[in-house]
Formats: sequence, C-alpha cells, structure tokens
Amino acid sequence: MENLVYAIVLLPLVGFLINGLFGKNLSKILVGGLATLVVFASFVISASIFLGFDKESAPVIVKAFEWFRVNGIQVNFGFQIDQLSLMMVMIITGIGSLIHLYSIGYMSHDKGFYKFFAYLNLFIFSMLLLVLGSNYLILFIGWEGVGLCSYLLIGFWYTNEDYGKAARKAFIMNRIGDLGLLIGIFAIAANVNAIDYLSVAQNASSFELDGTTIIFITASLFIGATGKSAQVPLYTWLPDAMAGPTPVSALIHAATMVTAGVYLVVRSNFLFTLAPTVQDGILLIGFLTAALAGFYALRQNDIKKVLAYSTVSQLGFMFIALGLGAYTTAMFHVMTHAFFKALLFLGAGSVIHSMSNEQDMRFMGGLKKYIPITHATFLIGTLAISGFPLLSGMISKDEILVAAYAKNPIYWVMLFILAAITATYMFRLYYLTFHGQFRGTEEQKHHLHESPVNMTLPLIVLAVLSVVGGLINLPHFIGHGHYAKLLEWLKPVLTEQSFSEMEATLSGVNFNTEMILLGATILMFFTVWFFVKNTYVKKQKKALPEEQYSGWEKLSAKKLFVDEIYNACIVRPIEEAGKAAAMFDKAVLDPIVNFIGLGAQDSGRAAKRLQNGNVENYVLIMSLAIGIVLIVNFILK
Amino acid sequence: MLFLSVKKIYKIMGGDVNTFIQQIPLEYFIILSTVLFCLGVLGVLIRKNAIVILGCVELMLNSVNLLLAAFSAYKGDGNGQLLVFFIMVVAAAEVAVGLAIIAMMYRNTRSVDVSIFNKLRG
Repeated sequence: MENLVYAIVLLPLVGFLINGLFGKNLSKILVGGLATLVVFASFVISASIFLGFDKESAPVIVKAFEWFRVNGIQVNFGFQIDQLSLMMVMIITGIGSLIHLYSIGYMSHDKGFYKFFAYLNLFIFSMLLLVLGSNYLILFIGWEGVGLCSYLLIGFWYTNEDYGKAARKAFIMNRIGDLGLLIGIFAIAANVNAIDYLSVAQNASSFELDGTTIIFITASLFIGATGKSAQVPLYTWLPDAMAGPTPVSALIHAATMVTAGVYLVVRSNFLFTLAPTVQDGILLIGFLTAALAGFYALRQNDIKKVLAYSTVSQLGFMFIALGLGAYTTAMFHVMTHAFFKALLFLGAGSVIHSMSNEQDMRFMGGLKKYIPITHATFLIGTLAISGFPLLSGMISKDEILVAAYAKNPIYWVMLFILAAITATYMFRLYYLTFHGQFRGTEEQKHHLHESPVNMTLPLIVLAVLSVVGGLINLPHFIGHGHYAKLLEWLKPVLTEQSFSEMEATLSGVNFNTEMILLGATILMFFTVWFFVKNTYVKKQKKALPEEQYSGWEKLSAKKLFVDEIYNACIVRPIEEAGKAAAMFDKAVLDPIVNFIGLGAQDSGRAAKRLQNGNVENYVLIMSLAIGIVLIVNFILK
Repeated sequence: MLFLSVKKIYKIMGGDVNTFIQQIPLEYFIILSTVLFCLGVLGVLIRKNAIVILGCVELMLNSVNLLLAAFSAYKGDGNGQLLVFFIMVVAAAEVAVGLAIIAMMYRNTRSVDVSIFNKLRG
C-alpha cells in the first residue's frame, strides 16, 4: 500500500514535469491525454485503496523520511491514510480527471494548452499533498501549492490586465489567511511539541476547555480557512477568480481547493471541539457569508459570477454545519457540492463555449434547443443545488437544516431563507440562459453548437453523481441512521466527544418535527420554482441593464460595495503610504546615496592622474615618500 | 683579481685584511656608499634609457653591498660578506631577466626609452 500512496501523489507531479518541460514540443492530444491519464491513474489507485480500506481501521501512516527535527519537535515527511483523506482524494482525483478530460475540448484552441495542463497537474499534486499529509506542515505546503496554482490559473490569460489583477487579488487575500494558518501551526507546535495530527490529537486533552490557548489556536486555523474557503471577510477574491478558464473555476474554485478550509476544520476537529466559542464564531461567519453571497447572486448577470457567489454561499452552508459541530454533514455537503457545482460550472463552460465566449446572461436565452445535453445536465445541477427532493444537494442541505433546528429553531429559519435564495438565483440563471428568446447577435446564433463528446461526457457523469450522490448518507430517520453510511465511514476520524455530540444533534429532532421541516423545505422549493418560472417564462421578464435596477437590486449587483469599501479602507491607504515612502526615497535617500557614489567617482577620477604610466614618476614619488619618512623619522627621534 | 692581490700583499706584510680595513674610518665607507646610492637613485630618476636605469639599479645594490662588507669587516663577522655573495647572485639573475625584458622591449619598439612605455596609464 505504501508504494501505491506514493504513486497517487507522484503521478500528477510526473505529468506536471513532463508537460511543463517538454509540452511545448508535444502534440495537443499527447499533452491533454497524458495529463488526464496521470490523474485518472491516481483515481484508480486511490479507488483500489479506498475499496480495500476497512471502515473501522485506524489511520495508516506512510512515512517517507524524517524531514527535520527542531527543538524536540520531529517533523516527518509522510502521508496519513484514513477515512477522511481517502474521501477527499477520491473527490479530487475523480472530479479532477473528469475536468481534465473536459479541458481537452474546452482549451483546444488555446495557445497555452500545454501550460494549462501542466498547471492543472501541479494543482492536483498540491491538493493531494494537502489532504494526504500526515502533519500540519505538509498540509501547509499543499495549501501554498494550491494557492500558487490558483494564482497561475486565474491569471492564465495574463495579457488581459484585469485578469492579472484578479489573480493578484486572489493571491494576496489568500496570503492573509495563510498567515493565520501559519500562526496556528506555530502555536500548536509551541504548545503540544508536535505537529502531526495523531500526536496533536492525543495531547489535545491537555488544553483547557475553551481556554485562551485553544481559542487562539483554533481561531488562527479558522482565519486560514476563511482565506482559502472564501468566507467573510476574505471572500471577495473568489468571484474575481472567475477570470480564469471555466474548467479551473469548476475544479479549483468550486469542487476542491475552496473546500480545503472545511477539510482543515474537520481534520482538526479534536481542537475545535474544545473551543465552543470559536465554533460559535464559525457559525456566525458561515451565516454572514451564506447570506451576503446569496444576496449578491440574485442580481448578477455574468453566468460565472452567479455560480461563484453561489459557491461562496454554499461554502457558508458548510461552515454553518461546522459551527454546529456537524463535521460529517459538512463533509457530506463538500462532496455533493463538488458534484453539482462542478457540473454547473462545466455546464456554464459549455454554454460559454457554444456562445463564442459570451458570459453575459442578458445576451443568452433559448439555448435549450441548441445544446440539449448541456441543457439537460445543467437542469439536473440546478435542481440538485436548489433542493429537488432526493437529489444529492437536497439531502445534504437538509442534514444541515436538521442540525440547525436541533441547536436552535432560529438557525433553521435563517437557513430556510438562505435555501430559498439559493433556489431563486439558480432558477433565474437557468431560465435566463436556456428559456425565452435568443438575445445574442446573429453571428453567435449561427455558431451555436453542442460541445464535443469529451466535454459532454464529464457533464453526464457528474449529472449522474449529482442525482445519486446523496444516497450514501440518508437522513437519520430512515432506518435509525443505518443508511447514514458517510457518517459511519468518517466516525474514526472524529474524536469520541465530537462524534457523540454530533450524533445527538442529528438524531435530536423527533420524527414528526423532521417530517414537517422536510415538507416545508420541499414546499418552499416548488413555490420558488413556480414563481421564478412565472417571472421569467410567462411574464418574459428580462434581465435589465444595471441602470434600471431598483434600490436593492443595485445593492445586489454592486455587491453592497464591499470591494469599494475594501479599496477605500485598506488598498488606498496602503497605496498612499507607498507613494509617501517613494517620495521620501526620492527626496532624501536618493541624494545621500548618489552623493556617496558620485564622491567616490570624482575622487577616483582625480587620483587616476597619478597613475600616468611613466615609470620615472612612480620612482620619483616613491623616493620622495621614502625621503619624507626618513626625515620625519629623524625629526621625531 | 685586484681584490685578491691586495689581500695577498697584506698577507705577505704579516697583517690581516680585517685589521687593515679597520684602519680606514667607518664613516668613509658610509659616505661613499651613500654617495653611490644617491647616484643610483638619481640615475633611475633622470635617465630614460632602460639599460642605464638597470645599471643604476645595480649601482644602488652594490653600494649596499659595499656597506655590508664594510660593517662585516668592522665587526669581524664573516656572515655579512657571505650575504654579499647571495646578493650578487640574486642581482645577476635579476640582470639576466631585466636584460631579457629590455631586449624584448627593443624588439617590439626599436627603442629602449622607458618614457614611451606608458600603456598602464590610468
């Protein structure tokens, strides 16, 4: 098994090296095929490990070598195979290989084809390091690696200045979070004298419940998570990250990288359980994020922006689950969200591809009959995220709702409203894009075409997964939790305390109440569907230009001016300070340095006359000098 | 030859070279070699001909040799005179190299005037 684990991680790295070093001279089929194949091979290997892995099994540590030892802390370079990391690896390599396959078609006309696949492979490698690492430091390497790949891929079309700016924004926002993570890791190392998960988990009981130390550590880790997973206040980079090619948005900014924060919290559940205060904070941040992003998504006109805000909002849902202590519920939503959001993004990519790179929904409409496969799969994705009964999104979201109700019915009400908002903007997106009249140019209409089979195949696979994905973790009331397979599967990852608390929460709602809640959400879903359909299909309401928006619509379209506020409060002052520093540099430091430099130059120029190449002169000077020394010597005596 | 014959004469006279030399005041030697040395320095400073300059350098060396031999004789210690031979050998080697250089200078420029060799001017 050890060698297989190495293979999982190293195969994408090999793909990256070959494509990165030699891809320029290889044919596109070879580059795309190799990149897809290495990831798919990783998937097959991890599936074989996954299928042979005992669900009761303790974590398996695969130690590659001792990395370094400092101040009594031994840091190994090794991997930890357990239920959680296997689940993440399956998601990453599975969806990763589908998206690689899709990209071969999507990027086929791009000049940087080989570069794109090299970056994608590097991303998969870093992401695998992140989830497989056996200690926080390896997680951090992967964490930075995915950040780098995210930066490279957002700015993939770097000739567009705005895209470059979006890439930098994402990188800097992430760095702020990363600092939090780093501080958290240092704090753990200082307090526990170890950073590998198993030792930290063992020693976690030495922390005082809700003490200052544990709050500091978990809050720092959570700041790291807010950066990577786009939570308030560091969420503004994710919508801008849509500048990257659409498969990137699907893979990095929907399915995998942005869920790293959730993974981090679940992985550190032994710490977070000890800090209820921080958990409350996570809950608050989760609600804020879900609400804000949901609100923005209502009146965005760029198809990818809607999906981006939807992603932020869904990540908010996951953090709400984490804040409620429902760790497996969060992981469940990570998984189903990976399915349907990757599907939606790839579907949007297919739409953009057929629309000749048009992203604005105001110029779409009526695409249903032109791109039937994309339409059908997109509809499934929309239904899944909005909560059509028994689709994956509905089951995982319902689990969060139940957990919220068990904690406090008010949470449930808030989540209920958020779910309604989700359904609203998703159906708005769907109807504006696929129904009504075509609103684009004649030329675009002429070019409309269904995507090739290597693009539709991933869509179909993901659509199937979005439909059946929820079945692995059926709600508690069916068979008394017997069919909650994911819950059981992840049990060994959680501490006993967090597991028992979570199970109490999930089964804490009695059957009748739960039926009523379920009925309410389903009713809500169909009501929303009906109303949105009525608005956009029967009344033929069109998306207006932004000038004609009413008050709240403007706020939504302008994202509550948060970007502007950040610019005014943080970016501008830093820029101004930079300008002032530059002035000081020019006015004060430069003259001083120049004076020294010029002084040396001038004195050199003067002294150079002494060396005129005339030997007699040298001798004369030498003899005179000796004479002077002698005379001085004589006088002083 | 001359030096040896003088020595012989004084051997015949039943005297010793050292005692003979000690009869001459030491200041004379010092003054003589100082004069010789200054002549050498002046020659180096004033003349442009490389061969003459080399000769002047030899002059300076020999003035020092003379002084060394004189001090040695006054002190009755033969080591000083031994050192003089070393200096002579080294000087001979130096002259060999120096003359070779001057020969090359002449071949390249048809001149032994040092003032035209100022290529290392800063």
